[in-house]
Amino acid sequence: MIDAATIFAIATRAIKANKMRSILTSLGIIIGVAAVIVMLSVGHGAQTSIQNEMKTMGSNLIIIRSGVATSSGARSGHGSKPTMKKSDGDAIQEKIEAIKLAAPVLEETTQIVYGNANWSTGVTGTDRRMFEIKEWNLSYGRMFSSTDVRSAAKVAILGQTVVNELFGDVDPLGKTIRIKGIPFQVIGVLIPRGQSGNGMDQDDVVYIPITTAQKKVMGISFPDQVKMIMLQAIDSQSTYTAQEEIRELLRQRHNLGINKDDDFVIRNLTQMMEMMESSTKVMTILLGSIASISLLVGGIGIMNIMLVSVTERTREIGIRMAIGAKAWDIRWQFLSESLVLSLIGGLVGVVLGLVGSYLVGILSSLPTKVSLIYVLLPFSFSGMVGLFFGFYPAYKASLLNPINALRYE
Amino acid sequence: MSLIELKHITKSYPLEDTQLKILKGINLNIEKGDFVAIMGPSGSGKSTLMNILGCLDKPTSGTYVLDGQRVENLSADELAEIRNKKIGFVFQGFNLLSRTSALENVELPMVYANVPAAQREERAQKALAKVGLKERMNHMPNQLSGGQQQRVAIARAVVNEAPIIFADEPTGNLDTKMSVEIMNLFTKLNEDLGRTIILVTHEDDIAHYAKRIIRIVDGEIHSDERNEK
Repeated sequence: MIDAATIFAIATRAIKANKMRSILTSLGIIIGVAAVIVMLSVGHGAQTSIQNEMKTMGSNLIIIRSGVATSSGARSGHGSKPTMKKSDGDAIQEKIEAIKLAAPVLEETTQIVYGNANWSTGVTGTDRRMFEIKEWNLSYGRMFSSTDVRSAAKVAILGQTVVNELFGDVDPLGKTIRIKGIPFQVIGVLIPRGQSGNGMDQDDVVYIPITTAQKKVMGISFPDQVKMIMLQAIDSQSTYTAQEEIRELLRQRHNLGINKDDDFVIRNLTQMMEMMESSTKVMTILLGSIASISLLVGGIGIMNIMLVSVTERTREIGIRMAIGAKAWDIRWQFLSESLVLSLIGGLVGVVLGLVGSYLVGILSSLPTKVSLIYVLLPFSFSGMVGLFFGFYPAYKASLLNPINALRYE
Repeated sequence: MSLIELKHITKSYPLEDTQLKILKGINLNIEKGDFVAIMGPSGSGKSTLMNILGCLDKPTSGTYVLDGQRVENLSADELAEIRNKKIGFVFQGFNLLSRTSALENVELPMVYANVPAAQREERAQKALAKVGLKERMNHMPNQLSGGQQQRVAIARAVVNEAPIIFADEPTGNLDTKMSVEIMNLFTKLNEDLGRTIILVTHEDDIAHYAKRIIRIVDGEIHSDERNEK
């Protein structure tokens, strides 16, 4: 068999001899590879943004809300019948080993005022465990102390958006804002987190101690009432396994008999996120496979041109055979030609795909993310397409009879 | 032992329900260093004989010993190797690769013999110098005259040191002056380098350059005589 360098020299010569045709043939592969890369980067981008959202929400999350209230047969939504207490959360954190932290949440959207500026935002009563779960640190100022919580101190921690809306350029630390007319002293400002995956401004928040919320700001129907409890499990597996334990503990604490339904709802956010993640994965695969079809069509284009090329060059094949080319020499010659065509197409396609993903990323709201594997995959696929669709024409060429081939006009 | 020994070579093609017999039992020995012309009217089977001698085709029956090796039953790839090592072809239509320089055309047999690239170029240059085309080795076939193209083909036929050169109507597309040039080149190859030359032609004055003239009629050898110059 003849050496690879010579084979590829012969292939490139043949490709250069028919420039226009070679470009058009490669175009199929170029478009295919570029499309696969753009599609995969869109899918990959969606996946990454979901993962980021999971991170800001806190990992391994379980949320417990109050149950459903029924009034004259009409069922209200979750949390409409308040049943949860802060002490429920504390008990869960203490008794169930799989649960690391339990943060109470009591929230309400209300108007807040500083000087003559005012702003409507969500005010959340909680304690420092909330920030541990969300892995959210202060940009400056201080965190709620245990004294703040015990004494129901009128102190507030603000998100960056609220700071911007109320204070502008003024340093908010130590200033007094009014929530429902009650004065609160600003003690800290959170590090900005930007938008969440579904477009919510995560920095448009005010946090106050849970006790303050319960006793002074929000109306509650029984002592220690909370809207929900946010739990963090020790790992993602525990978010599934701990659910039954939590349920039993809460039923016991709420004195629910065997015949009674749960008066609370346990939601596993890890499960939800994993489902969202797997659905974007499916979307990525789907987009990628649709784009791969154009790559396949490109391959058929190569096969078509190679068949034409073999027929056109029958005489050349005859000469080569007469001079001593074996079947594999002829096969390699045409195979390497389709391989070079598809790899050049693949290379240009990779460049175009990278530019395309970049443009989609800035021109549309779709987040795109390019990773090495999603570039190498379509590129090597283009090589395989070249080999696969080049094989039949090459095989056909190698079967020619030298006498007939030499006589071919 | 002769360079070429044919015994009872026949070639027939199926034609409807009968067999069309092209060669009807050819017995032929050709010695090393001979210069043989094979003549015959068209349809006599001389081209078929040429194809079998040149290992481009296989006989239906009979035995063919080439340089001590039985070749009638070899596979296509084995025949390709024999052609590459032992035979050089010169065709009526030159059969050079288009868009490929004279030098690269001459290198081609060595490409398939796995000669290293540097050595290929050196040997091809020498072969082209021998046929008087040293200055034109980078020309493409369409930049060369018919006679020049045929000389490139001859250089290609000798570059692999093949002992036998088959020439199928090598002057068929050339004018008289060029024909004489080409035939003189063959004579030189035969006399100076001892190459065995087998020439197929239908022109008497071309055949007369050979030392031995074989006439084929109807698939059989009609006459076989030494040529008195």
